[in-house]
Amino acid sequence: MPETFLIRCDGRSIQAQTGHSVASALLNAGITVFRQSVNGQPRGPLCGMGVCMECRVTINGTTHQLACQTLCRDGMEINTR
Amino acid sequence: MSPAPDVLIVGAGIVGAACAYELSRYGAHVEVIEQGTAGGGATSAGMGHLVVLDDNPAELALSKLSLELWRALAGSLPTTAEWSDCGTVWVAADEQELQSARAKLDVYRQHDLSAEVLDAKALYEIEPHLRPGLAGGLLVRSDAAVYAPVAAHWLLEQSRCRRTHDSVASIGERGSLTMADGTVRGAGAVVCAAGAASYRLLPQLPVRPRKGHLAITDRYPGLSRHQLVELGYLQSAHGESNQSVAFNVQPRSTGQLLIGSSRQYGEEGSEVDAEILQLMLRRAFHYLPSLANCNVLRVWTGFRAATPDKLPLIGPVREGVYAATGHEGLGVTTSLATAQLLTAQICRRQPPIPLAPYLPERFHA
Repeated sequence: MPETFLIRCDGRSIQAQTGHSVASALLNAGITVFRQSVNGQPRGPLCGMGVCMECRVTINGTTHQLACQTLCRDGMEINTR
Repeated sequence: MSPAPDVLIVGAGIVGAACAYELSRYGAHVEVIEQGTAGGGATSAGMGHLVVLDDNPAELALSKLSLELWRALAGSLPTTAEWSDCGTVWVAADEQELQSARAKLDVYRQHDLSAEVLDAKALYEIEPHLRPGLAGGLLVRSDAAVYAPVAAHWLLEQSRCRRTHDSVASIGERGSLTMADGTVRGAGAVVCAAGAASYRLLPQLPVRPRKGHLAITDRYPGLSRHQLVELGYLQSAHGESNQSVAFNVQPRSTGQLLIGSSRQYGEEGSEVDAEILQLMLRRAFHYLPSLANCNVLRVWTGFRAATPDKLPLIGPVREGVYAATGHEGLGVTTSLATAQLLTAQICRRQPPIPLAPYLPERFHA
């Protein structure tokens, strides 16, 4: 059985499971805007396979991490701003 | 068939564009021939750092005049030209380099340029992410940066010149040139502003390609606020070694950072050289350690047009044929002053500064 745990996104607690990518956990929680473009437009996952670079979020303080290529870990702090 | 232009400029980089702009202001009918994209060569490969360099009096005179001309244009440039008053911080690693920063300040002051020597405390106040243990630096507030391809397009538009997308095979005598398809074109004057490719059109020009690499990062606003250059940069730029790197980082308005710089002679291919890229990035990490945690989005190369004495070639090569090339790393900075010196010669006007140090004839035996 996959383990279920909590991660936080912009201060909000989200449930995730072992093997979930950060992108899937955020999308499951209804979060579709992952970052802002240079011109302030909303951006989110497009390719889901690490190519388009649109899903970059800050993970545990490190900026520009690919949400679709990062697996969730218990207690992870995600920031979309 | 429209009448022959007064001036045919080969190359629509920043230098060719500036020449078109300046010649048009004096009423010349100008046509610019470019085989690729306007501003698509060294103009777009470089950083667009507008910097006064003081390695010798002629370099200082040309870069200082050009900075003044850029400042006068800054307000008219489109916002997409990303004018940035970032200034330059020349970083002094140790006491000896800080001494050279003080010497640099003296030269600046003798030429009515303002700059300030920073001690270590002042340096870290304005650039806190530099590595600990540096001695200080020299802050030149009047230096700037511009996105040069947009500036080149804007200069071409302002000039209302005719623009031809075609290849030139060779430049001949008395204002004539031969196109790649064999057509011969003529004008009152031909200007070779083809950068590193100039030696193919005019083989007698002492111009050699000097390859450079640049990298650009993702957005990390605040990691640096000024263009940061190590004081040893001038040794890399003005030395003759076949391969050198120097720390040179520019903050873009998006928060991205341009990372340079490398210099290589004898490299003709545009491929990224992993070995020199590694040296260049290590040099940058050595000064700005946080860079090592940044994502690089893209790496590319370009070719500077280097001359043996590190000064450009501005003036007649033979009757009716002029050069405006050989600017190495200073083409964007000195493009506007180059255009004034060239125009003074073609339109027989008083040049704003003495022409002699830049005349191609200085290399004639």
